[in-house]
Amino acid sequence: MKNYEVTFIVDPVLSGEEVKSTAQTYVDHLSKEGCSIVNVDEMGLRGLAYPINKRTSGNYFCIEFQSESGDFLEKMELAFRRDERIIRFLTVKLDKYGIKYNADKRAGLIGKKKSRKEATPVPAAPAPVAPAPVAPAPTPVAKPVEKVAAPAPVVEEEE
Amino acid sequence: MASKDDIKFLSNPKIGQNRKKYCRFRRFGIKYIDYKDTEFLTQFVNEQGKILPRRITGNSLKYQRKVSTAIKRARHLALLPYVTDLLK
Repeated sequence: MKNYEVTFIVDPVLSGEEVKSTAQTYVDHLSKEGCSIVNVDEMGLRGLAYPINKRTSGNYFCIEFQSESGDFLEKMELAFRRDERIIRFLTVKLDKYGIKYNADKRAGLIGKKKSRKEATPVPAAPAPVAPAPVAPAPTPVAKPVEKVAAPAPVVEEEE
Repeated sequence: MASKDDIKFLSNPKIGQNRKKYCRFRRFGIKYIDYKDTEFLTQFVNEQGKILPRRITGNSLKYQRKVSTAIKRARHLALLPYVTDLLK
């Protein structure tokens, strides 16, 4: 069994339903080929880092799937190339660490590590008034620890 | 009497000590570098979007290669630019 991951950008000119149906056709296409779909991640509308075919944004999708052999990949990529609704695509074979990373990400393990630092701005967006007192709270706790830690080694070095 | 905490330096004594570089992937046990994680990858890119050398990032060869492929994949998907100014 091999795990693959295909990421593609759908034209933003299409309506929301059309975008979803485009992604769905490829999911169906893959399952017809005998692949088991692990996860379909809709990364949403994002700005492109550089314009492609005069488009400056695109809908990103990421499909992770499992398959016995990679013979159908050529067929799938041909379909991607012929499809005018797809701006870009990239197929990647995942190694064992990649599979674990994606599983952890889905379970929220990887997001949590970052959320310790980044959690404060995220809840601040919907309701800026309520989380504001919560946000500064962790920082004063962290700072005294640093202050205590910082001067100690300096003194030791001098002696 | 001046206690230890009261001693102050005219110049920062840490200046001039060059900190040892290390490979963060080996130290923190990061095994996979996601090409979709743009925020993480920008740490290995300069303001013009060029990949930083190992000399500066301190990555081991194995992970520098993985970083560079991840950045190149991200560029293909327009998650990172090929060339720009003022990326950061």
